[in-house]
Parts: sequence; structure tokens; C-alpha cells
Amino acid sequence: MRKVAAVGVGMTKFSGKQDKTAIELFAEAAIDAINESNLKPKDIQALFMGNALGDFAEGQAQPQAFAADYIGAFNIPANKYENACASSSAAFRDAFMWVASGFYDIVLVGGAETAAKMGTPLATRTFAMASDSRYEYPCGITFPGVFALIAHLYAKKYGIPLEKLKQQMAQVTVNSHYYGARNPKAQFQKEITMDDVLNSFMVCQPLQLYDCCPFSDGGSAIVLASEEKAKKLTNKPVYVAGVGQASAGNLLSQKEYLPRIRSRELAAKQSYDMSGLSPKDIDVIELHDCFSIATIVALDSLGFFEFGKSGEAVEKGETKLGGKIPVNPSGGLKAKGHPIGATGTAQVYEIVRQLRGECGERQVEGAKIGMTDTLGGDGGTLCNVILKRGW
Amino acid sequence: MEHKLSFKDYNEALKQNKLLGLKCKQCGAVTVPPKIACSKCSSTELDIVELSGKGKIQTFTTVFVAPEGREGECPYVIVLVELDEGPWMMGNLTGIEANKVTMEIMGKKVKMGHAVFPGDKYSAGDEAKPLFSLVT
Repeated sequence: MRKVAAVGVGMTKFSGKQDKTAIELFAEAAIDAINESNLKPKDIQALFMGNALGDFAEGQAQPQAFAADYIGAFNIPANKYENACASSSAAFRDAFMWVASGFYDIVLVGGAETAAKMGTPLATRTFAMASDSRYEYPCGITFPGVFALIAHLYAKKYGIPLEKLKQQMAQVTVNSHYYGARNPKAQFQKEITMDDVLNSFMVCQPLQLYDCCPFSDGGSAIVLASEEKAKKLTNKPVYVAGVGQASAGNLLSQKEYLPRIRSRELAAKQSYDMSGLSPKDIDVIELHDCFSIATIVALDSLGFFEFGKSGEAVEKGETKLGGKIPVNPSGGLKAKGHPIGATGTAQVYEIVRQLRGECGERQVEGAKIGMTDTLGGDGGTLCNVILKRGW
Repeated sequence: MEHKLSFKDYNEALKQNKLLGLKCKQCGAVTVPPKIACSKCSSTELDIVELSGKGKIQTFTTVFVAPEGREGECPYVIVLVELDEGPWMMGNLTGIEANKVTMEIMGKKVKMGHAVFPGDKYSAGDEAKPLFSLVT
């Protein structure tokens, strides 16, 4: 396999409901990524696009073909990835493999979503489609519902009083908003307090409004190139050091592992093994904080802290800048926003810019190696990517 | 290959309050809801068995923000129940005040009945679901 580098990245501001289509949002991010790569749209050999709910949000299926045409990458092969919230991370891994294999030299990968446009009732319904339509949805399961079930399991399994766990979860949210306030592309650029979180309305017990990420609109894109091409295009190539992906059945079928997410442990191990790196080597991570409890569960499974101890680590500041492992300096899904098809490559966008040292107030000083973690559904898809400075 | 127990047959049985599962001829594990292969060893050599519908609550949530079309059901309680035969099922909990449930309910014994979700414009039809109640 050849080495593959990210040579250009782009991302729209993430937001609530706005006027552009997913194709337009994708195109804005894509052209930025192509320009930053010193390339033209006609240099792109294939397109890999994450978009989960365009059918429902806009009545638009097959956006990837129109997106390729729209940006002027005429007639190239274009594929869409629907892996719920991990759509563009799954797209990223495949895009990487097509270049690593030698089949293509330069590809574009990204994603876009207009989830906020749907409004809360329809968005809640369509997000729940990533649960099992026959054996879970009839009970009225929702996305917050899935992580609410996991939160109670987590408290019981590790013997953490619920009030204590909720304090830890609230701290996750406060941290996300602190960094969101320092990211001009974040949906929420406002700091909030523990009281704001703990006084917000109940969505799915024990998750309150501020334990939950918002519905968002936005797009993101990355240009990937072979090592040989990358060296000619940029003096700051960011190499893909490792990738991992795993799947799982519905929540019921994960009974032997919950509240651990088995697919994450498998995907993370693949990415660590491929890169020859371990959790102690990671300088910064963008992880899937769709809900506050999800951050705590992810930190356990990714190997940064002992199982059941990640909440304490958050309280001690170990996930902030200067801590053991800075988590979600972009503001994460909670504050930056979660336009689901765009989320995975937006995580890559943040890590690439962190490794290049371009993140201003939220910069992790001297970051050389970064990681992303994206979860789709209730663990149905899990992707990890490890990225490394190439200079 | 043909399903030993299709969704249609499982669903029709659940509407009669009968919970059908599959017992593996190779490893003995019980799979429910049904799949085409054993949830433990992947064998497709399976026998239909009727399960007790009895189990213990493993976790729960009370939903206050519903998906489109289900706002009138709020608040409602969703539980994950470990059946006496081993598998976990998702169901609703009835016979309690939904907004007063706490973690004390975890570990409590339940028995199963059923209700039918009539489906919505996105569904493939109606779907029976477990409706659990506490064993007192």
C-alpha cells in the first residue's frame, strides 16, 4: 500500500436551518479544499460523499453525482456513503484505500447534511431510522433514547451515583462550549455553565437538552493524494497513519458488551495496529460526542483512561488543552454542530488544521499526531482515523 | 435459503402474546428477535422455540421528546430486558408513572405482554412490540 496524505481541507460554518442545499454546502467546502491543494476540480479522479438523510431533508437522492458535476469534476465516479452519523468517515476510509491501492492518485472525500432544515420532529424520526426499524423503533426509540439507556447502564456497571455521573457529563458539555466559543465555524459560539446544563429540559431521562448535540446544516471536504503527488502539492502533507472500521447489530445484540461499544474497540485497535501507535502517542482527538455520556464511553473504549474512570478524568481537566488528551478542541458535535453526513470529515478537517498549527486560541501546542472517532447509529458503524504530520 | 422464522411469523405470534425465538442446534444459544443465523455461532441450523417472556430490566429511559407522529405517546418508558433465556429485548414498560421512574427499577422482574405499533408512512407495516409490566 502507498502512503496517502490530506493535502487540502475545507469546511462550511456549521449552523441551524439555513437556505443552501446539501450539494451547495458540500461544494463550498470542496472548492476550498481543492483550492488549498493547488488543484483544479478536473484533477479530482473520484468523489466519495457522506450524506445520510438528503432523501428526507430535500427529496434528493444521489447527491454525489450532482455534486461532482456541480463543482466541475465532470463525469468522475462518485459514490455516496450512508453510515448514519459516521457516513463521511466511512467515505474517508474507502477514499484512502482507493489511493493507497494505487488505483487513484487524487480523490475528494467529504459530506454534507441539512438536518436542521427538517425541524425537530422529522429530524428525530429520521435519526431514529438508524436504529432497528422492526425491533427498536416500534418502542419509540430515539437517538437521545439510545444514549440515555447507555447512561443508566454506565452508572450501574461502574457504581457511579447518577448525580455524580451527570456532573461529569455536564462538564463534558461545558468544555465543548468553551472550545466552540473559540471556533468561528461552530454552530454555538457561546460558553455555558454547569447550571445551564443541569437546568435545561429533560429530553430522555437522564439526558437533558444540553447533554445533546443539535441538529445542524453544514459541509466538509478533504483532498487525499498519494505521497508522490502530495509532496509536489504541499509542504505540509498530513499522512493517514491508520484507519479502522467495524459494525454491530442493533442495541439488543450488543448485550454482552454494553455500555462498552464493541465496534469502537475493534475499529480503534485496527487503527492503532496499522499505525503502530497507541493511545499515549495521540496528541489530540476529535471524538463522537453526540451526547455528553458518549464522550465518557468513547474515552474508555479508545484506551485513554481506565474503564469507568473517564468521567473523573474530565472533571480533573485531563481532556482540556494542556491535559493528558485534549478532546474536541473544535467544540465537538455538541458545540461545533453535527450535520451528520459532514461530521466525520469535519473531524478530519479539525485534526489536519491542529497538526498544521492553524487553530489559534484552541490550538493544541505542538500537536504531531491526531485521531478521529465517529459512531453511526447505536454503534452500527464505528470508524477511527489516525493522522500524522508529514514534516 | 428460507428463513426458519421470518419477521412476519414472529410478528403474528407476538400479536397472539407468544414470543418465538430460535434455538441453535449447534451451540444451544437462543436468538430473539429472529435472525437467519445464530446470534452466537452463526449456524443456520435452528429450531423455533417459545420463550417465557419473563426477565429482568437492565436499563431504561423515559422519553419526553418524541419522533414525528408519536408526540401523543409522551412521556413513555423504554426498557432493555434480559429474558430468562438470555437474550435482550427492547420494549415499553406499562403500569407505572412514566415520569417518576428511577434507576431503582433496574434489576426488577418483569413479564411480557404486547402492543402493536401501527406503523407510519416510513414503516413497512405494523409491528408488534413487547410491553412489559413489573412482577409484583
